[in-house]
Amino acid sequence: MLGFAQTADLEASLERETTSQYLNAHERKSLLRFLTCGSVDDGKSTLIGRLLYDTQLLMEDQLAALAADSRRHGTTGDDLDFALLVDGLASEREQGITIDVAYRFFATEQRKFIVADTPGHEQYTRNMATGASNADLAVILVDARQGILTQTRRHSFIVSLLGIRHVVLAINKIDLIGYSQAVFDQIEASYRSFAEPLGFVSLQAIPLSARYGDNVRSRSAKLPWYQGPTLIEYLESIEVESDRRTAPFRMPVQWVNRPNLDFRGFAGTIAAGVVRPGDRVAVARSGVTTLVKRIVTADGDLPEAGAGEAITLTLEDEIDVSRGDVLAAAAERPEVSDQFAAHVLWMHDEPLIPGRPYLIKLATSVVGAIITHIKHRLDINNFAKLATKTLEKNEVGFINLMTQAPLAFDPYSRVHETGAFIIIDRMTNHTVGAGMIDFSLRRASNIHWQALDVDMNARAIAKGQKPVVLWFTGLSGAGKSTIANLVEKRLHAIGKHTYLLDGDNVRHGLNRDLGFTDADRVENIRRVAEAARLMVDAGLIALASFISPFRAERRMARDLFAEGQFIEIFIDTPLEVAEGRDPKGLYQRARNGLIQNFTGIGSPYERPEAAHVTITPDLSAEEAAELIVSYLDRGSYLGSATG
Amino acid sequence: MTLAPQALATVPIASRRPGPSSPSLTHLQRLEAESIHIIREVAAELRNPVMLYSVGKDSAVMLHLAMKAFHPSPLPFPLLHIDTTWKFKEMIRFRDETVARLGLNLLVRRNEAGLAEGITPFTHSSSIYTQIMKTEALKSALSSFGFDAAFGGARRDEEKSRAKERVFSLRSENHGWDPKNQRPELWNLYNGRLRPGESVRVFPLSNWTETDIWQYIMREQIPIVSLYFAAKRPVVERGGQWIMVDDDRLPLRPGEVPEMRSVRFRTLGCYPLTAATESTAATLPEVLQEMLATRTSERSGRLIDHDEAASMEKKKREGYF
Repeated sequence: MLGFAQTADLEASLERETTSQYLNAHERKSLLRFLTCGSVDDGKSTLIGRLLYDTQLLMEDQLAALAADSRRHGTTGDDLDFALLVDGLASEREQGITIDVAYRFFATEQRKFIVADTPGHEQYTRNMATGASNADLAVILVDARQGILTQTRRHSFIVSLLGIRHVVLAINKIDLIGYSQAVFDQIEASYRSFAEPLGFVSLQAIPLSARYGDNVRSRSAKLPWYQGPTLIEYLESIEVESDRRTAPFRMPVQWVNRPNLDFRGFAGTIAAGVVRPGDRVAVARSGVTTLVKRIVTADGDLPEAGAGEAITLTLEDEIDVSRGDVLAAAAERPEVSDQFAAHVLWMHDEPLIPGRPYLIKLATSVVGAIITHIKHRLDINNFAKLATKTLEKNEVGFINLMTQAPLAFDPYSRVHETGAFIIIDRMTNHTVGAGMIDFSLRRASNIHWQALDVDMNARAIAKGQKPVVLWFTGLSGAGKSTIANLVEKRLHAIGKHTYLLDGDNVRHGLNRDLGFTDADRVENIRRVAEAARLMVDAGLIALASFISPFRAERRMARDLFAEGQFIEIFIDTPLEVAEGRDPKGLYQRARNGLIQNFTGIGSPYERPEAAHVTITPDLSAEEAAELIVSYLDRGSYLGSATG
Repeated sequence: MTLAPQALATVPIASRRPGPSSPSLTHLQRLEAESIHIIREVAAELRNPVMLYSVGKDSAVMLHLAMKAFHPSPLPFPLLHIDTTWKFKEMIRFRDETVARLGLNLLVRRNEAGLAEGITPFTHSSSIYTQIMKTEALKSALSSFGFDAAFGGARRDEEKSRAKERVFSLRSENHGWDPKNQRPELWNLYNGRLRPGESVRVFPLSNWTETDIWQYIMREQIPIVSLYFAAKRPVVERGGQWIMVDDDRLPLRPGEVPEMRSVRFRTLGCYPLTAATESTAATLPEVLQEMLATRTSERSGRLIDHDEAASMEKKKREGYF
């Protein structure tokens, strides 16, 4: 309210003057987002409740509700149980657990604070990471009686993984150890030596009692040996504004603003740096450069805008820019790559499996991606690197990632906004993981396909057919191979060029190093799909006959092909029928527990949702083959030479 | 409009922006930028969004942010108002004025079946009335237009169960909210991908507090309904709370005589269910002054919250905003 105090009406009234002074001061407040880590036993919820109480953010009706709750659910006798303030959902309260992240707000004269409260228990890693992703600082609670525990190390590691550089070590329950300086000093020293490799820029240890309020807001007379700031004093004064404005300019484009033919603006939030009209900017992916014309906002054009501001830019030249592009300082551009090394945190019940197709969202881009390799898993208790083939929920791994299209990015350590991504499951759309890019594995420009003179079309024309893969899926014993064989014979008889890929000729050669774990099944299908792709490129009609029980893998296979090049054929034979046939005695062995993960018995078969051709159980193998060949004929796959 | 004249005094625009010498953003600037980012993400990623417009101060701020987000383009989505027919007259007048002033596309929906059945705040308990006239009307409007995203002005500081609400809150086909089926939200990366039938409620004001809202209304000179400012209004006292006699549909109980008192509202809804507070704060600075000294939270004026413990959460599961 810079202009507010100037109005005559206000100056006339002392009371109003007070209000305007208040507004003036509050207008200039900064914002600090911080995270609290620790378990219920450390008094974390109590500390947050205490912060709200001490900054007088609790209203009378809320205090009355708290008093009632404290009597009913509380653990502090007749005292207010501040922990109940930060417990939100009824079902959680009944179960006595908190399962999520809660956000709390309070303010002092200097600052507004947003606190992410991330409870412990099983989901601690996922919850903490969620809270930490938007925090500038972490308050790590330690119970003075316990000292540094495994969980303290765990919390500190996640805080450092998510790039938080400022830490407060709150040594709580100092009242229960007689306000002892010796204990405090010992805990601080041991934490400092432990945290050394975590790269925190600042670390402040504070002795306090959340329950009684010592050193939370007001200085405690019982801790005369402590000369440092109280918790609130420290949170009010710490400078966390990093070098976001001095970094090179980055703005991921969110939305193209085109109200009419005369205006074409690019809306986005500045991720890093500063921009002014006249600056030369590049579209990171295409490399095309131009000059910034205007910085448009509803409050008028700006002479300059910096990190964190939501603006709209217009450019001097009509160049190709759309959502997902990053506008960047032309002199210092982000890297562009389709292969990255990154740390990921897995957050879903279904494990991360290398080779499985996911989507990732990085800044404003959403692209298909697969994790090609898990280099190692990190034990978050002791930072040990462990070999693994999959990542389970709440595990952290260092992985290689390949995207379907090149992305502009910065290493997460340099710019969070252009280095962070989430991983999305293609079927359920759940957010299943979170990642932070460390570096690119190679530049995308090096991997352009070799342009070949004789291409797929040329080969196909020579063969008088349209190349395609026929993907047969269904239970073991459904009749996939029998039908595929019949189809191939018929095609061969009319002079078509074909090749049949099935378990037998692939498992003994190309894929003989693979077993039957979920991860190996995914890799099996990936290799088969790639082999089929080469055959289609060679102009062949490829027949692939594999159980391929998971939708995600069939989708991955399908995504390798152009529209019309992949025909999914579902051999819909019920389990009882297939098991009755049991040509290789596999069902019997699975029922006897001799084969683990057998599809239909120990592992699910996910039915196709939209197969091109479905073969129902009432058809004979001959009829099924006839149906498939006529489908191909109708789709003009067989050229003019068909009979 | 309804702003106090003092607050309308022009503030030079340049003075509201940080100059090159003030590198770090203030809390209001950060909140504003975050909200605009969220609103733009929805417009870019969702197929058919709508903004719920309740006419209250939070809606006013949300609408103002949306106008800023797309400037100079018009809003790329319509507004939706669920009219229970029991809103304050002044709210409806202000709503129509706002729509005309900003050139907005406003959809108004009522639960006609509920009206035909004669459901009112007097014939039914406040929770049943709200469920039918508000929640059901909202659900049916969202379904019939096929909206896959609906902006709401809820804030996390309003109520305990909202502290854990996501910015993008996933709803099932029947608009239900399952706390166990919410997606983690990291950084500013919102996942707006939906399966057929699913939708999201989006809360761009999640991180704002009541104080932030008022400060921003002042800073940006956003017009709000005059009911937020004290004036002499006809009221009756019920259960220790002042209820305004907005029209002659309010059945007076034996002995009740409306009296003129200087009152204002901290939150707005259906007039028979919204308690007024006695106040003389007739201008924005006075309202702020009063708010800073007050010791009750704003939702205490909403009668529906008192119905039962954990009432908000129960309503949310049923599809209430």
